[in-house]
Amino acid sequence: MNRFAALLDRLAYEPRRNAKLRLLVDYFRHTPDPDRGYALAAMTDALMFQGAKPGLIRGLVEERVDPVLFRMSYHYVGDLAETTALIWPAPQEVSSTPDAPPRPGHNNPPTHVPTLGEVVEALSSTGKSELPARIAGWLDALDETGRWALLKLITRELRVGVSARLAKTAVAQLGGVDADEVELLWHGLEAPYENLFAWVEGRGPKPESKNPAPFRPPMLAHPIEDEDFGKFTATDFVAEWKWDGIRLQAAAGRAPDGRMVRRIYSRTGDDVSRAFPDLVEALDFDGALDGELLIVRDGLVQSFNVLQQRLNRKSVTAKLLTEFPAHFRVYDLLAEGGEDLRDLPFLQRRQRLEVLVSRIAHPRIDLSPMVSFASWEALAAARANPASVGAGPDAEAIEGCMIKRADSPYLPGRPKGYWYKWKRDPYLVDAVMMYGQRGHGKRSSFYSDYTFGVWRTGPEGDELVPVGKAYHGFTDEELAQLDRYVRNHTVNRFGPVREVEYGKDRGLVLEVAFEGLQRSTRHKSGVAMRFPRINRIRWDKPAAEADRIETLERILARGEEETYPLEDRET
Amino acid sequence: MALRSTDILTQTPQGLYCPLGDFHIDPVRPVTRALITHGHSDHARAGHAAVLATRETLRIMAVRYGEDFADTTEEVELGEPMRIGSVSVRFAPAGHVLGSAQIVIEAGGTRVVVSGDYKRTEDPTCTPFEVVPCDVFITEATFGLPVFRHPPAREEVRKLLNSVSLFSERTHMVGAYPLGKAQHVIALLREEGYDAPIYLHGAMERLTYLYKSEGVSLGETPLVGDLPRTEFAGAIVLCPPSSLQDRWSRRFPDPVSAFASGWMRVRARARQKGVELPLVISDHADWDDLCRTIRETGAGEVWVTHGQEDALVHWCLQQGIKARPLHMLGYGDEGEAEDTAQAAETSEAGAS
Repeated sequence: MNRFAALLDRLAYEPRRNAKLRLLVDYFRHTPDPDRGYALAAMTDALMFQGAKPGLIRGLVEERVDPVLFRMSYHYVGDLAETTALIWPAPQEVSSTPDAPPRPGHNNPPTHVPTLGEVVEALSSTGKSELPARIAGWLDALDETGRWALLKLITRELRVGVSARLAKTAVAQLGGVDADEVELLWHGLEAPYENLFAWVEGRGPKPESKNPAPFRPPMLAHPIEDEDFGKFTATDFVAEWKWDGIRLQAAAGRAPDGRMVRRIYSRTGDDVSRAFPDLVEALDFDGALDGELLIVRDGLVQSFNVLQQRLNRKSVTAKLLTEFPAHFRVYDLLAEGGEDLRDLPFLQRRQRLEVLVSRIAHPRIDLSPMVSFASWEALAAARANPASVGAGPDAEAIEGCMIKRADSPYLPGRPKGYWYKWKRDPYLVDAVMMYGQRGHGKRSSFYSDYTFGVWRTGPEGDELVPVGKAYHGFTDEELAQLDRYVRNHTVNRFGPVREVEYGKDRGLVLEVAFEGLQRSTRHKSGVAMRFPRINRIRWDKPAAEADRIETLERILARGEEETYPLEDRET
Repeated sequence: MALRSTDILTQTPQGLYCPLGDFHIDPVRPVTRALITHGHSDHARAGHAAVLATRETLRIMAVRYGEDFADTTEEVELGEPMRIGSVSVRFAPAGHVLGSAQIVIEAGGTRVVVSGDYKRTEDPTCTPFEVVPCDVFITEATFGLPVFRHPPAREEVRKLLNSVSLFSERTHMVGAYPLGKAQHVIALLREEGYDAPIYLHGAMERLTYLYKSEGVSLGETPLVGDLPRTEFAGAIVLCPPSSLQDRWSRRFPDPVSAFASGWMRVRARARQKGVELPLVISDHADWDDLCRTIRETGAGEVWVTHGQEDALVHWCLQQGIKARPLHMLGYGDEGEAEDTAQAAETSEAGAS
């Protein structure tokens, strides 16, 4: 448990992906089975046990610690697991004062520091009534980091910034195998994965995947460049709409025991089935579909903002399912009836996909239509106005086109020469920098996050109102320039944030690109930008000439009209 | 009849005052006679007429404020009793930083101990804390909540060394307060067998030199100065905490930012500061040691100067010990206090 705790502790502070990977590989290399396997399961959310509720933890700690001191401490620390881990009485407190009157803090002398394996195995076999005593015993035996990690584990709040994909990549690196190979086997394996570790370390045969619904790493697209159109022949390619949703993979198949297995995976291979019970029940086929998660109400695709309200919810309530019905718009078929189709040319897969979708005939699963075009110019026109070529009311949920070679196989990762995305042009606005904030990790010495505002009419004339914050879009050289600008024009400091000079006659104009707008009650300006980034630094432009809030209001009004064309239409 | 404790020590706007001896202890404003517990700038200020302190504390003050920091200075030996006015005074080691002392005052059969800042754990750079039995114990409470329990400092240093071996091409920048913590960390690293040069930010040069001249062995500690970037791959660099995120840090290849402080015990705090490798190394007593020390002094009355007073006062009352918070202002500005905007300014100006 201690090694695992030390790993989690270190991961929780580490912002760099590659450093996380190093820490994980180092841990897997130096930790024996079965502990490392259970750690892998914990980080990929593959452990099955009944978690402990916060009330149970609080009850345990209040048996041991003066409740007043606990309350003061909890107030200060702000996290139950951490407060408990820190405040849990240490064993030496008992022995140092043999003649002191009995105090609320006590601690049974530690007997045996549990291994992660013991904890996980005990959690799945311990009955509800014995659980508190079990946990208290572990807390007695572990040190602070150990207690913290234990409490995070059993309350299912691990959150150390490691995706399932990253953990699997670390296992793969351990033995120099391809992460995609681990991925393919993954969902047929079970904790503590001893056969997987044996294989990557060259000590055993490759495990057989018995999973009837495995995850297959998705194929990704490159952004298309202007010069590509000159190089490519339009007739070698086909096009689809690029939907503004979430990429998902749905796999289903029959296990050897006859049971149907249905899984929904994120693009990183996380099993997200639990979040989408309404989609899982629609997966009545044997194969693997690639497509986009959308929210469709009354036959109308909703904006990404609406979709976001369905995501990242802890519990999926009936209300959520009704208000945000999940929909799967599919564009590829990776396997069917036990046959791997990924080597087939795209158009052949597409034909089989069309047949399969019509056979599934479920209202929540439909085909992403092909966009027909004779020339790149025709496709450009379609992209500029999807509604004109049959996208109808769904046009607002389209963020451009996907261009795919008609003969492209389905290759994991981002292979060159097959798939391209041609996004709709972003919106642009000229805004004035108002605040700079320090970044994280490599950027911690740079003011790299910029809050910017546009003009509006205030009670005392024109004033700038913040409309967003951006932290990318610029080159390293531009970052250095922006950082210098913030430092040299600071008028106020608030911790990591600096307010810079701005006004009609001074200030720096930033050309900000963004994908969309929504109304927001949390922002002073009443609008929130989607995916804002710095497109250009307008060193040349006077702040007084930056855009006004009315510009954003117009974009917003246009967007709403396109999303809800049938409502409140003025005639 | 024993004197009342308030006859021996009272609070004035300048700080703790002993009317029978006509002196202040660690006054926050200029006074005619000041007894100073240790060299941190919130306790040791310039501008007093007469200052009485240990040799090391006087030297630290001279380094920080210049030789003329007071009109007259007088050096005291730890443990040597002296008479000031109608009270007897003795300095006892506090184990906080080099030269740190508690001040023991006795009059009419009552003994009051002003602990200053202190710690109980071993520190190779200063004389260990001495428990002085007393009637009134005046304690700090910087880490006066039961969540503050410092792990053994050696384990934290090992954590740093493990990271250095895992990320051997990256610079490990360790934020540490220039007086006390920096030298404490260096000494611990040396005890763990790390004998490579430990590079210093300019702000630490003179105090580290002072420690060495007082016989504390710290090994090779070159200045970062203008050494080439390549020099720092895999190296440990010590700097003031505010420099961790300053432009100064950009001279190092892909630095890991570590921070040695008792505050690092609380994860959210470490994360707020963007620390990637928190090291819980403190020069203050943790909760367990605060409680233990109060018990060991046998004091029937405890005054809490600064820090998290409420929890410690609550604990004392539960133990049947009279206790009250002094709510003293002006302490906790250096050492393990949160670094303020002002501290950031100073270090940016001083960075080279």
